[in-house]
Amino acid sequence: MEYEIVIGLETHVQLKTRSKMWCGCVNQFGGEPNTHVCPVCLGFPGVLPVANEEALRLTVLTGMLLNCGLPKRAKFDRKNYFYPDASKNYQITQYDLPSTLKGCVEFESENKTCRVGITRAHLEEDVGKSSHFDRVSGVDFNRAGVPLLEIVSEPEITSVQMASDYLNELKTILIYGGISDCDMEKGMVRCDLNLSTRPVGQKELGKKVEIKNMNSFSGARKALTYEMNRQIKVLRNGGALIQETRRWDDAEGMTHSMRSKEMAHDYRYLPEPDLMPFEPETAWYDSIRESVVELPLARKRRYMKDYGLPPKDTETLVSNPSLAGYFEKAAEHSKKPKAVANLILNNLRACMSESNHSVDDLKIQPTHIHELVQLVDSGKINSRIAQEVFNAVYESGKSPQGIVEEKGLAQVSDSSTIDAFCDEVIKANPKSVEDFQAGKQNALNFLKGQVMRLSKGKANPALVGQVLEKRILNP
Amino acid sequence: MQEINVQYVAELARIRLTEEEETRFGGQLSQILEYVDKLNQLDVEGIDPMTHAVPLVNVTRKDEVQPSLSNELALKNAPASLNGLFKVPKIVE
Repeated sequence: MEYEIVIGLETHVQLKTRSKMWCGCVNQFGGEPNTHVCPVCLGFPGVLPVANEEALRLTVLTGMLLNCGLPKRAKFDRKNYFYPDASKNYQITQYDLPSTLKGCVEFESENKTCRVGITRAHLEEDVGKSSHFDRVSGVDFNRAGVPLLEIVSEPEITSVQMASDYLNELKTILIYGGISDCDMEKGMVRCDLNLSTRPVGQKELGKKVEIKNMNSFSGARKALTYEMNRQIKVLRNGGALIQETRRWDDAEGMTHSMRSKEMAHDYRYLPEPDLMPFEPETAWYDSIRESVVELPLARKRRYMKDYGLPPKDTETLVSNPSLAGYFEKAAEHSKKPKAVANLILNNLRACMSESNHSVDDLKIQPTHIHELVQLVDSGKINSRIAQEVFNAVYESGKSPQGIVEEKGLAQVSDSSTIDAFCDEVIKANPKSVEDFQAGKQNALNFLKGQVMRLSKGKANPALVGQVLEKRILNP
Repeated sequence: MQEINVQYVAELARIRLTEEEETRFGGQLSQILEYVDKLNQLDVEGIDPMTHAVPLVNVTRKDEVQPSLSNELALKNAPASLNGLFKVPKIVE
């Protein structure tokens, strides 16, 4: 029998605010333990949370970017559980009236356009971080109370690759919208995976297995692949699956059951009495709508259409919003956007990774890239010299034109100069001349190389080929 | 009489009860439930549940950073601490 998998994902994203969700403590990764804390985020008795308006704004903006409905009324609830990283013994979250509902994400996966439904994106707070020692554990509450958005997808993902593409698209959308920096290494994005397996053709979903708290997309991929194979194997061997929570062990590359009986939760949700409901006015929604940006998929399609870029190049550019912005500035007035993209994707990215620069650190400006492409296009320099000019501009931030003049790199197309170079090479390499006359094409390439060397790379290569051929074949 | 699983409720609250307490609290809790059950006699058709007594909405604060406590002050009431952390019993998954 053939089996198919169904995946749903819950993605937790830290919002890019200055302060925490309910108090004025700084929302900042790291810091000495328990130094970004106050009575509110430490859960001291008698304190009152007050909602951060920017976090509410970013939540609604996310809803807009994910095509969600925006209910007229939203509220917060308490989710009760005991765990040392929850300072209040409850987490404030949105249970039955979340700020956003029912949307979708559109993305490309395995050469198809896919659409995955978003059940909801609701606002909650992050919890503290625990460290484990030999006999005890320790808790740092710097992270407690950081605004956290939980984005829940419908169980509509049908392959591991699709899950991975969904996560990457979601991440890019959130970075584009300025919702979150999505820095995985700083734990700004974590996800829970829900996976079930059923025979192909069966309508009902199989038993749901949840894998909690994955902090990298590559880990999520590995866990999903392992779990898919495990479930299919159990079913193939005539076994039955149970609904349970499993834990991914990255070192072992396996999932383990988390004793489902003890894990049975009863969160006793109740309306948060300390926080008033939200019934935003139309004007507030309208002001947020102004921050809605072009989505990565729309941008990708635009680049392919307007600039004629191939899909792979477009993807690389679009997945990096600051590089994409740089490209657009460089390509804006260019007749050769593809050449502009090539310089950025090949030369610029290589230099940036070598010198560990980000787009903001660059001395080379988008207009420089445009100018360099123009210099090549107009025949002022050849493409080999362009590499040299590029490196010089990258280092100095001087204009390409200036570098060409300063270093005397202009292409030599003047026929008497090229004739002279060619004659010299022909004279010095009689064997190759004979070979070429005997029909060996390689010999001409060798001679061309010699002329280029003699001209220090500045000769117009096309012209050199023509002149050599003429002089050798019709002397 | 409303039946109530006192053991389960105690477990959720992380408290241990003696058998005598279980019986005593069980009775009291049942009485409370019975009292609240009176609400079921009312016709609440078309009335929205109320979560707050004060008709107030959209209470927010500006996204501004305020000073935090020092580590020393933050840990001052903690029964035990370790390397600037709140020391807790070992968390086993």
